[in-house]
Amino acid sequence: MTALLEVQGVSKRFGGLQAVGDVSFTLQEGEILGLIGPNGAGKTTLFNLVNGVYKTDTGSIIFSGKNITGRSPDQVVHLGLARTHQIVRPLNGMSVLENVIVGACYGREYQSLRAARATALEVLEQVGMASRANSPAHSLTLAFKKRLEVARALAARPKLLLLDEVLAGLNPTEIAQMIDLIRKIRDSGVSVFMIEHVMQAIMNLSDRILVLNLGHKIAEAPPAEVVKNPDVVEAYLGFPDIVDKLRGAS
Amino acid sequence: MILRRPLLWLILALAALFVWLPLRNHDVALREDLILVAVAIILTSNLNLMIGYTGYVNFGHIVFYGLGGYVGLYLATVLNWNLIVAALIAGVTVSVLALLFGLGILRLRGAYFALATIGVLVAVQAFVANFEPWGRSTGMYVSFASYAPLGGARRALWITYYLIIGVMALSLVLSLGIRRSKFGLGLFAIREDEDAAIVLGVNATVYKAIIYSVSAFLPAVAGALMFFKNGMIDPSIAFEYMLSLEGIVMLMLGGQGTVAGSALGGALYERLRSYLLTSPRLSEFHLVIAGALLLLVVRLAPGGLIGWLYRLVPRSREVVE
Ligand SMILES: Nc1ncnc2c1ncn2[C@@H]1O[C@H](COP(=O)(O)OP(=O)(O)OP(=O)(O)O)[C@@H](O)[C@H]1O
Ligand SMILES: [Mg+2]
Repeated sequence: MTALLEVQGVSKRFGGLQAVGDVSFTLQEGEILGLIGPNGAGKTTLFNLVNGVYKTDTGSIIFSGKNITGRSPDQVVHLGLARTHQIVRPLNGMSVLENVIVGACYGREYQSLRAARATALEVLEQVGMASRANSPAHSLTLAFKKRLEVARALAARPKLLLLDEVLAGLNPTEIAQMIDLIRKIRDSGVSVFMIEHVMQAIMNLSDRILVLNLGHKIAEAPPAEVVKNPDVVEAYLGFPDIVDKLRGAS
Repeated sequence: MILRRPLLWLILALAALFVWLPLRNHDVALREDLILVAVAIILTSNLNLMIGYTGYVNFGHIVFYGLGGYVGLYLATVLNWNLIVAALIAGVTVSVLALLFGLGILRLRGAYFALATIGVLVAVQAFVANFEPWGRSTGMYVSFASYAPLGGARRALWITYYLIIGVMALSLVLSLGIRRSKFGLGLFAIREDEDAAIVLGVNATVYKAIIYSVSAFLPAVAGALMFFKNGMIDPSIAFEYMLSLEGIVMLMLGGQGTVAGSALGGALYERLRSYLLTSPRLSEFHLVIAGALLLLVVRLAPGGLIGWLYRLVPRSREVVE
């Protein structure tokens, strides 16, 4: 296996708050890497550093052999790194199809409008939204808005997909469908880096899990080892039900 | 394909109508009315590229028109260049300036950007009012001799009229072309959510600067032609603040974001404005009426006349888009 993403000692401060502190890890090609941690641990901030929404204070990010530290998000997508938003951000005045066409047009392949349309239809089929292609994006339910986030990112034909809590707010059936989808995405050759609070899901999906607490990495291991890690259990001590879930999932 | 869009043929038919109507009886008064309508459509449709397509309110749009007028008039009368060449160079010059300004002020968002556009208007006007070669606050006059290459003043007026109609048609075709393009899709994404657009891969900084510059080109060409036709220019008529604001009213009235709406709003408002300005009792109130109209549209029909049409007859969207 070769490394697709190598993050070396990245940090980010917001005023007096060290949101991410000296985090390093590697993501292998073809792997699903999970990212967990209590609320405010810095998970979303780490995503924002990786795809260039925020500039890193320190450290470097190598993606697919290229140093992408300091590059803007639009440049990073062209290299094949796409993401979803924890708080969904549909382009509200546009249809579902148009939203996904934007993803394809400006993604890794920088497709023409015509090719992007074909890609978008294909991706909508894949995420089970083909019948909503012409709905206005603002009219969707939260579950569909989350899927739209995934569809737009997939339309960019990424090598690596960052998923920020795509299961949050979904009912059990929807969660099962989404898990299925994520597996299929990985099987189609796209590596996945995902933040999730739904423990059962992330434990089952991930090849390895990275744990953040107060901005620092406290573990990086396969799921079975992570749940036994005393630091991880301690980080979640304030959240007894999560500790139970961690144990339950193993 | 843009050739298959019904709207393209509507635009060409509109231009043909504008050419034919005054020509029929050599009606000079009608020609003068229609040229103002054409200019209103040119300004509104290009303003729409910023406000309607990209979601950036430009309060200083008229600066392109006025500056184009100055550059064009200077080239055509002081340096005696061919009118068409002068107008095109005016367009290019103003576009390049807009690109440079744009890269600076387009880093601002929302209200800050809108404020900066007012700043640009005020600054350019102040510069021109103190610029010796352009006659400072007295401005410039077109010497009668400048009309000679066009076959005399009478013919020159007809020629500039047809050129303006050409610029009007080009403005609308440009709007339609951008609307149906990948570039246009990127602009719409910026309008809906700029940060999301960037994460999806749209280079917002470059796109915004390009569209700001593009939206300057045809208004500047039109300014060069119009002020040549009018025979004079000075800083207060070239950079009329009110016209800049009225452009926004026109766009909201017709329906921002749509090509047909920008044309319709421009044409209707200009006719109303001319009527009010020439009416002895109402001429003082035309801005009051403009303001009231804007409030009414924003409250009752935020999509403007075209948005209202789409709601009444949903199928009309197919034809008009
Ligand atoms: N733009 C910002 N400015 C200031 N503080 C920020 C900013 N973004 C995040 N933070 C702070 O940084 C810390 C980490 O936030 P982050 O969103 O990365 O957490 P998270 O692990 O994703 O949490 P959650 O599980 O709730 O999504 C939080 O304390 C948050 O308030
Ligand atoms: Mg988060």
